[in-house]
Amino acid sequence: MSIDILVSLIKPLLVLGIVLTNTIILIWLERKVVAGMQSRVGPDRAGPFGILQTLADAIKLLLKEQILPLRADKAMYLLAPIIALIPSFLIFMIIPLGPGFDLTIGEETRFINLVGADINVGVLFFLAISSLAVYSVVLAGWSSGSKYPLLGGVRASAQMISYEAAMGLSLVPVILYSGSMSMSKIVESQSGNLSSTIPVIDSIVRFIPNWNVFPQFLAFGIFFVASIAEVNRAPFDLVEAEQELVGGFHTEYSGFRFAMFFLAEYINMFNMCAITATFFLGGWLGPTFPGIFPPLLSAMMPTIWLGLKTVGLLFVYFWIRATLPRLRYDQLMELGWKRLIPISLIWLLVSAIVLGIRDFGLPWS
Amino acid sequence: MTEILLFAIPALLIILGALIVVFAKNPVHNAMGLVLTLTSLAIVYITLNATFVAMVQMLVYAGAVMTLFLFVIMMIGVDKPDQSKESIKGQSLLISGTLIILVAIVLFVILENGLNWDLFFPESENIIDGTPSLIAGVMFTSWVLPFEIISILLIVATTAALALAYEFKKSDSND
Repeated sequence: MSIDILVSLIKPLLVLGIVLTNTIILIWLERKVVAGMQSRVGPDRAGPFGILQTLADAIKLLLKEQILPLRADKAMYLLAPIIALIPSFLIFMIIPLGPGFDLTIGEETRFINLVGADINVGVLFFLAISSLAVYSVVLAGWSSGSKYPLLGGVRASAQMISYEAAMGLSLVPVILYSGSMSMSKIVESQSGNLSSTIPVIDSIVRFIPNWNVFPQFLAFGIFFVASIAEVNRAPFDLVEAEQELVGGFHTEYSGFRFAMFFLAEYINMFNMCAITATFFLGGWLGPTFPGIFPPLLSAMMPTIWLGLKTVGLLFVYFWIRATLPRLRYDQLMELGWKRLIPISLIWLLVSAIVLGIRDFGLPWS
Repeated sequence: MTEILLFAIPALLIILGALIVVFAKNPVHNAMGLVLTLTSLAIVYITLNATFVAMVQMLVYAGAVMTLFLFVIMMIGVDKPDQSKESIKGQSLLISGTLIILVAIVLFVILENGLNWDLFFPESENIIDGTPSLIAGVMFTSWVLPFEIISILLIVATTAALALAYEFKKSDSND
């Protein structure tokens, strides 16, 4: 009993530590990567390679004055940054970070699951919580009592509803294919390698891991596009389009309240990449080299694999941001409603038919 | 004790949200009060082991429906927040009458049973997990006909709403 309470106390603290450290590194990484792609130097003054730049920025934001606009709706204005942060932490809690291990303290032995909360409807939890995230943007935009933030907020509500539908629909075939809504079970269902009943194909695909991205490639594409739109990153960053809306929904925020929005954006980005890796790229699965590596490193390999996959996806996010221009608003809506949602519906139908034939045979046989 | 706390905190939040919906002057505050009520209701569902219903409650009501509400409120503006005029004749009388009857019923039950707490927290006899597969198993076997009829009804309603709201080019030129 006491170990259980201790574990459930330590887990959130650990998550907080991981998330905050991640964000500091992530912001520095993005600035460096984008600078490299644009033939600039990027931050290079604070610490080696400028790695302490984010820390310096954080201290600056902490010490800055926090301005409350005269026409702001005070309660909602103060509530919005908090609503931004809470969903991002909650989503991180359901990402499985590793296979779990047995912990022995004294005489008691407990199985420690390396996931904040392993709930049986993890996929739905992720969708539900990420649908709450839109409130922070909408409320921040509305409560600032200013024109540009309001436009950003209105854009956000329309954009996030549109892409949430496509995101949810693209996850349904994955749930069908894995046969579970639990995040841990989805990871476990991707273990092993691909196989085929036809010998020639089997000899080719048997070296490819059994990740969902190969059979569900279209769902992966839709989910990836929708996830970029869901976290309001370029080229879908109409919510905070600098050239049109000054800073979008957070124009009137300053000091630490702005830092909270900034923090939430990067945590959401990391979460999205980790969840994409979990759904489609096998999560923490990967070779652990038990004989070659020392035991501790070998035990940590699953978490390292998840980290590598996540950072790889994040690099693609940065790459897209540095490459593509922003979509126009009507293009954004057309892509969401006229392309992504119909394609994901058709793909759902196709996957359901294929899985039905695989499991139950042809209807006339 | 834990069970009472797990019920009491979301229940109080539900009532708080409902009071905000009724009494707040600003439409956005009303909408956020409703979000508070719906989210707290999802917590109550979780304590009742109905995780699937709780997640759908969050996803559909707190997530999608209320975002649309907020979208509409922001689009039409909140310049005229206070409407003290009665939209239905004698609505305050009707509401107070209903409220008095409700309070009377609750008081009657309490006095009859002498504040017996078992009445409010009855012991459940068989605990069932509200897993998606369980709900789907019932919905797609014994209730498949009502389920499909409701889905057709929803499509008809959506199409009708579209037809009503869509301004055809011809009627534009006539006006």
